[in-house]
Amino acid sequence: MRVRLVDIAHARSGDKGDTANVGVIALRPEWYTLLARELTVERVSSHFRGMLRGDVVRFELPNLHALNFLLHGALDGGGTLSLKTDAQGKVWSTALLRLVLDVADDEARRLALPPAP
Amino acid sequence: MTKVVRVASGQGFWGDWLEAPRRQVEGGPVDYLMLDYLAEVTMSILQKQKERDPRMGYARDFVGAIESVLPAIAERGVKVVANAGGVNPEACADAILALAAQKGARGAVKVGVVTGDDLLPRLDELLAAGHALANMDTGEPLAAIRDRVLSANAYIGSTPIVEALAGGANVVITGRSTDTALTMAPLRHEFGWAADDWDRLAAGIVAGHILECGAQCSGGNCLHEWRTIPDLANVGYPIAEARADGSFTIAKHPGTGGRISVPSVTEQLVYEMGDPASYITPDVIADFTTIRLEQEGPDRVRVHGIRGREATPFLKVSIAYRAGWKAVGTLVYAWPDALEKAELADRVLRERLDRMGCRFDTILTEFVGASATHGPLAGDGRDAPEVQLRVGVRSPDKAMVERFVREIAPLVLNGPPSVTGFAGGRPKVEEIVAYWPALVDKRAVRTAVTVRE
Repeated sequence: MRVRLVDIAHARSGDKGDTANVGVIALRPEWYTLLARELTVERVSSHFRGMLRGDVVRFELPNLHALNFLLHGALDGGGTLSLKTDAQGKVWSTALLRLVLDVADDEARRLALPPAP
Repeated sequence: MTKVVRVASGQGFWGDWLEAPRRQVEGGPVDYLMLDYLAEVTMSILQKQKERDPRMGYARDFVGAIESVLPAIAERGVKVVANAGGVNPEACADAILALAAQKGARGAVKVGVVTGDDLLPRLDELLAAGHALANMDTGEPLAAIRDRVLSANAYIGSTPIVEALAGGANVVITGRSTDTALTMAPLRHEFGWAADDWDRLAAGIVAGHILECGAQCSGGNCLHEWRTIPDLANVGYPIAEARADGSFTIAKHPGTGGRISVPSVTEQLVYEMGDPASYITPDVIADFTTIRLEQEGPDRVRVHGIRGREATPFLKVSIAYRAGWKAVGTLVYAWPDALEKAELADRVLRERLDRMGCRFDTILTEFVGASATHGPLAGDGRDAPEVQLRVGVRSPDKAMVERFVREIAPLVLNGPPSVTGFAGGRPKVEEIVAYWPALVDKRAVRTAVTVRE
């Protein structure tokens, strides 16, 4: 079953220099394990292919049912150097939420995941 | 009864809601009002102001904020901690004392002034003593930009603020202290936490991180169930109700709008986060993976379990330097084929700039309404009702950027059709003040505290 990240997580992002951070938070605690398994560095890097000049780094916060991604080289130099509308990476969070996951039907049923429309 | 200290957040950045400080001291009991004014770029703006007028260089909004809360300070014992001093904390203190005198509150306001974060006058001395101040991100030595430096400030921690409070100050003004120290210092002062009580200091830092962006933890900019967040027009700014054991509750005044929930607080916790296990501050390294959150009542989130460990021997230094010129021009194209027209306009503009011999470090085009924030993830945008063409350039040569800004308006008559949104005139050419993060040995930075009235 296809599941949209935007239906199972919320997120906020910010900046440190040329790096955007995206914190992704499971909407239900029981969905965190799925996020931690599916949102690998590889998956997120491939989602943002062509949009980053640097690497993706991932950290886990199981206590907050959240993952934190650092997207290096996301902000055209960042801060005052950047010419981008989103120079401070404020809405990179929503770009990550466009991701769509493929989840096995029985797991999707067990976790009561909302199917993608 | 367990002692509770209430620290209220009244300003999340310079430019935040002017109503917030007064609402925080009038809406219910608070002991401290914390006001954060400084972003990375702010110090260099203030430095430029100080160069023009030696009495400037601090956050002017702070004087209005103090005026709006003066009765609470003078009559109800509310204390204020703010990094409003910018690059001129003494001048900021002068302005506050002058205000108090003018309002008949002389003697009721004792201003603690924290200095020593400003490294600009000491930069060459520090370099000569072997402090490289290399760029933390790129490793480049400061020598690469030394002649273009506008400001240099060490991020200082809670200790001098605690000293000011212990010295009787009820308004503490700092320069570049960390945002989190503004909340942690009052707690350290009230509860007498030792300088190596890592877990409690870390708890104070986490409270500071939650409060430092004002309403961003109490329903503002909150994606979680945003449609149902009540009464944002009347949003309540957050208050940390802290206890001596390091646990605290995030709350807001009764009757205010917004929402304080585990999701709203979690969104703020992950904001601007790096490695969550090592949130480095001058006072302590806080471990955000130990934080426990519980909804203890409506608009009340209890925070506990926080662990910390010994701080590093370094302070972060924020250096601002001149880095060329930039400008951004925009035009709006309307349906039908809005994006296609905007794309053609971009090609026409680039061809003209190229033929004139204009060269830029960077020329960046975005199509706002189609792909500016989500890039290729946004779909094709072909049927957008309107698209804003947004072209930015960056160059060390100001003349190139000045030439660029004259090339936008002509497109209205000599480029693709259905164009509007140019009423603002030529884009402004701005000097870029870039940011250079570095580390310095803590022992090289000496803070000083005075209490004035």
